[in-house]
Amino acid sequence: MKQNVVELKATANTMRQDIVRMVNAAGSGHPGGSLSAADIVAALYFNVMDIDPKDPKKVDRDKFVLSKGHAAPVLYTALANRGFFAKEELLQLRKFGAMLQGHPDMKGTPGVDMSTGSLGQGISVAVGMALANKIDGRTSRVYTLLGDGECNEGLVWEALMAGAHYKLSNLTAILDYNGLQIDGSNDDVMGIKPIDKKFESFGWNVIEIDGHDMDAILAAFESAKNETEKPSVILATTVKGKGVSFMEGDYGWHGQAPSDEQLAQALKDLGGDC
Amino acid sequence: MSKNIATRESYGNALKRIGGENKNIVVLDADLSKSTKTAVFGAAYPERHFNMGIAEQNMIGVAAGLAASGKIPVASSFAMFAAGRAFEVVRNSVCYPKLNVKICATHAGVTVGDDGASHQAIEDLSIMRSLPNMVVLNPGDDVTAQKAVEAMMEYHGPVYARFGRAAVPVVHAEDVVFEIGKGIQMSEGTDVTIIATGILVAEAVEARATLEKEGISVRLIDMHTIKPIDTDIIVKAAMETKAIITAEEHSIIGGLGSAVAEVVSEHAPTKVIRVGVKDTFGESGKPDQLMEAYGLKAANIVEAAKSALGETVVVEATK
Repeated sequence: MKQNVVELKATANTMRQDIVRMVNAAGSGHPGGSLSAADIVAALYFNVMDIDPKDPKKVDRDKFVLSKGHAAPVLYTALANRGFFAKEELLQLRKFGAMLQGHPDMKGTPGVDMSTGSLGQGISVAVGMALANKIDGRTSRVYTLLGDGECNEGLVWEALMAGAHYKLSNLTAILDYNGLQIDGSNDDVMGIKPIDKKFESFGWNVIEIDGHDMDAILAAFESAKNETEKPSVILATTVKGKGVSFMEGDYGWHGQAPSDEQLAQALKDLGGDC
Repeated sequence: MSKNIATRESYGNALKRIGGENKNIVVLDADLSKSTKTAVFGAAYPERHFNMGIAEQNMIGVAAGLAASGKIPVASSFAMFAAGRAFEVVRNSVCYPKLNVKICATHAGVTVGDDGASHQAIEDLSIMRSLPNMVVLNPGDDVTAQKAVEAMMEYHGPVYARFGRAAVPVVHAEDVVFEIGKGIQMSEGTDVTIIATGILVAEAVEARATLEKEGISVRLIDMHTIKPIDTDIIVKAAMETKAIITAEEHSIIGGLGSAVAEVVSEHAPTKVIRVGVKDTFGESGKPDQLMEAYGLKAANIVEAAKSALGETVVVEATK
């Protein structure tokens, strides 16, 4: 059943609460880029994608590749809340012997369509998945979430070329454009502007939105579905650490776990219980 | 014996034949399809042949995506780029998730020839062998190269297979049994064992003939699978003969020689001498000139065998 905009907003908020709880419990992980992508991933798993938690390997399912694999917490909470596995697993994130690895592992986690973590590889794999759908005449779609820092990787651009060359209109990439990477802002570390013109010149259909506006997110995915010639990229402007006052816009929260006190504040910001 | 044929030709022919039977096979190339011989498949099945351009990392990533969607992707380029350039994609997107990707690398070793060191992969067996979940094949003639392609399609999981550019003799009979992970014992022998892989199998056959003439009994093994290595055949050879010579068109570091030495040192310590490229880069030249310059000829295997059997002084005295 597809969630409506009001429900999706509530789901995204629940996911954000899960994210800060998970990373706190793990003692390490990547909260900033997980929080920035929460609305997009909520829209995909609770409205856009044709998936079945009871049959996670269904051949004609839509697929999602978390190319920015370090945002694993946002994927894990989406899968758990969607019913792919028990929510109790979330607090075992990154622990020895646990199912939920630091970066997504398709072999061990139901619902994870591809193992990722090494930047640039996910979108390349997504191109292969979209190509397979085309070869086999399936109408299923492939989605992949890119980080903006990830666009520093040359492999991203190799994959973009191939996606356009093979006219993979069944492929939609989403750029979680929060403007920050590990060592600072994109502008300071390695500029990617004008990213819209770069994608355009690589032959992709570019859709620009506010990545926290749920109506706009759904409209963008719908628009991508209507494109018949090119792969689409949704440039989603987001805020790193979105929803948590002290994390918002601070690149220091790319890969750092909140303390117990910080978790309490984060949950207060997100309107949840401690 | 029939006429010489390059194992890349064997690969291209086998791919076309097997690809005709198995419609799930999809072939990727990186702008080298005429050289890698995937063009042979492409001409027959253009709808299943995809040129990914000069972008080997992406070719492997796309192959992983195809495999994750149930296809059997075969990705080809020169060994330098398939194993070297794309290494980390092979590791993280193919081997870690154990996807059913077949990487068929041609133009391996110094017999690439004129192109020189930049294109002569002598490290690929080593780096591919180090990856968990990876099967590494290195057939040495037309018969085993074709059978290797058949066998890899029957096996579900990542495979790296290495083929050569230069035409080489056919050393096996058509009905030879090829099984992944099982070396082919080509002769019994009690004095010394020669374990060869790839195109050095033909050199080893020649070396054996020379040694036998001089009264040295040689056990000859074609080790077409570098991983999983055939431990049983190695241990047996180590216990039943006095020494082992390994021969490969590859660096002596990390390839067949290392794999054999690892097994021998753990299970049946015996002298092992490695014939291969001695930790140096290649250069331009004709295949035969390079084989000679880098010590990969039958004569080098003979010398190593004699040295291992204690005739070291004689060999050194002639230098």
